[in-house]
Amino acid sequence: MTSVPVAEPPPQEGLGRRLSTFFFRHPRARLWTLLALPLTWLVVVYFGSLFVLLLSSLWDTDPFTRQVVHKFTLENFQRIIDTPVYRDVAWRTIKMAAFVTIADAVLAFPIAYYMARVASPRTRNLLVIAVLMPLWAGYLVKAYAWRTILSEGGVINWALDPIGLHFDGLSTVGLWLVFTYLWLPYMILPVYAGLERIPDSLLEASADLGGRSLKTFTRVILPLAFPAIVAGSIFTFSLTLGDYIAPGLITSEQFIGTVIYNIRGEALPTAAAFSLVPIVVVTAYLLVARKLRAFESL
Amino acid sequence: MVESTFARILLRLGALVTLAFIYLPLFIIGLYAFNKNVTQAWPIEKYSTKWFSVAYHDEAVREALKNSLFAALGATAISIVLGTLASLAVARYRFFGREVITFAVILPIALPGIVTGLALQATIIDVLGPLGITFGLTTIIVGHATFCIVVIYNNVIARLRRTAGSLDEASADLGADNWQTFRHVMLPQLRTAMLAGGLLAFALSFDEVIVTIFTAGAQQTLPIWIFATLARPDDQPIVNVVALFVLLVSIVPIYLATQLAGSSGITAERPKQSSVIASIDAEP
Repeated sequence: MTSVPVAEPPPQEGLGRRLSTFFFRHPRARLWTLLALPLTWLVVVYFGSLFVLLLSSLWDTDPFTRQVVHKFTLENFQRIIDTPVYRDVAWRTIKMAAFVTIADAVLAFPIAYYMARVASPRTRNLLVIAVLMPLWAGYLVKAYAWRTILSEGGVINWALDPIGLHFDGLSTVGLWLVFTYLWLPYMILPVYAGLERIPDSLLEASADLGGRSLKTFTRVILPLAFPAIVAGSIFTFSLTLGDYIAPGLITSEQFIGTVIYNIRGEALPTAAAFSLVPIVVVTAYLLVARKLRAFESL
Repeated sequence: MVESTFARILLRLGALVTLAFIYLPLFIIGLYAFNKNVTQAWPIEKYSTKWFSVAYHDEAVREALKNSLFAALGATAISIVLGTLASLAVARYRFFGREVITFAVILPIALPGIVTGLALQATIIDVLGPLGITFGLTTIIVGHATFCIVVIYNNVIARLRRTAGSLDEASADLGADNWQTFRHVMLPQLRTAMLAGGLLAFALSFDEVIVTIFTAGAQQTLPIWIFATLARPDDQPIVNVVALFVLLVSIVPIYLATQLAGSSGITAERPKQSSVIASIDAEP
């Protein structure tokens, strides 16, 4: 006679197993357990803070003590619209952001093209790392390095001196150069990714149809790479709009960032109201970028 | 290849010039750290390592370094937990508002830093102040963690997209509970992506200054110390040394992260493209 195997009694259910069973039966509960912490953090810390910022732009300021009074008023916005200085500063900053974006796009294209279509896979990997490393690192050190390089006794004027030239580096033009330098990697990487996605066959087809190099470039490559350039420009534009360190180090000219930074101590409500300018401009920029399908290239 | 030989030579030249443009200023500031003179004139006349020992023995610098390390480690730890949780939810589930989560994670780094900084400052004064919390290391860490979540999130979610969810189901079928599945099945697949993201977050936090100035109290981090000390010309040599140090401490983890991200995981091929936000562990 063969013995019939007897089923063992189920093991004592531990807490972990009971929880697992519960989560298996309730996938929604599992999802919300995963989301609870990150969502709470972002909503409370980040969106909460943005809300407080919005609220601050509506607070009144006591004219005598300069203390913030918790009473709603639209005066801060009125002041920003009415005072020509704020308008000039905003316009100057937006112009700067536009010029920086153009310079970065022009500078980024050759190296991005080389990485995407000419370099060997090994060189390409090395170049991606070489561009990526300074993207996240050393923002302040770079701005400081440029102040040293651009100043009177710095490298630039040392190099220009023998040919009888002088460059006033600590100026708006100098700042334009510094911004262009700071955000260049942010433009190179999306443009590289965009160019890499263009299939070889399209360029060959253009050549077969008689398109010379220049025509292939303007009629095939540029239109296909345009969304990637817009994707990169989101960073060059937004980062320039909100910067106050580089302008403060390089020039005495005022920009949106430096104004907010300088008045935040004595006039937080006005600073908060003025900070809506970059928020609105960047949001509008993002909407246009989405229309141009730039997000797919991010 | 469609490009002519001439065009290829020109492109190579252009790439070299751009690369030189990116790295020359970093190289120059590195040289200045060895400048013997207090003045910042170029060319450097005498080289010396004496400012390294001056910087090393400077009390304020040491204090700032301690604060920077503490803040970066704290922010990295928090953002690894939050970023991994969020990426697991978005990668493995379909739910209403899924895109909103991605947007909310990216926004803190997409909006200009001064907006994030000012918003946090207003909150610390108006909301946390009455609760007895003031500017200090805690507020620095909270601010940093908020914009560091995105780098962990993007690295882990890219890895999750390359690995199969069926492995988790197989693990459950074989009798593992949730914790065992996470510990023995998911973590081995995700840990290099988490570490790569963590290294990036550390680098991002260690040299951040734009938001930090708005959230810091009396304690200085190294970048804030640099920023404050720029006003004292006599201390420029020490600033040069500290600047070189900050640059290296933030650039080396990024290099390590790029080496980590491509390796391991179930599919072993190297990611082909790197975008700005997704950074390193991009999809194939």
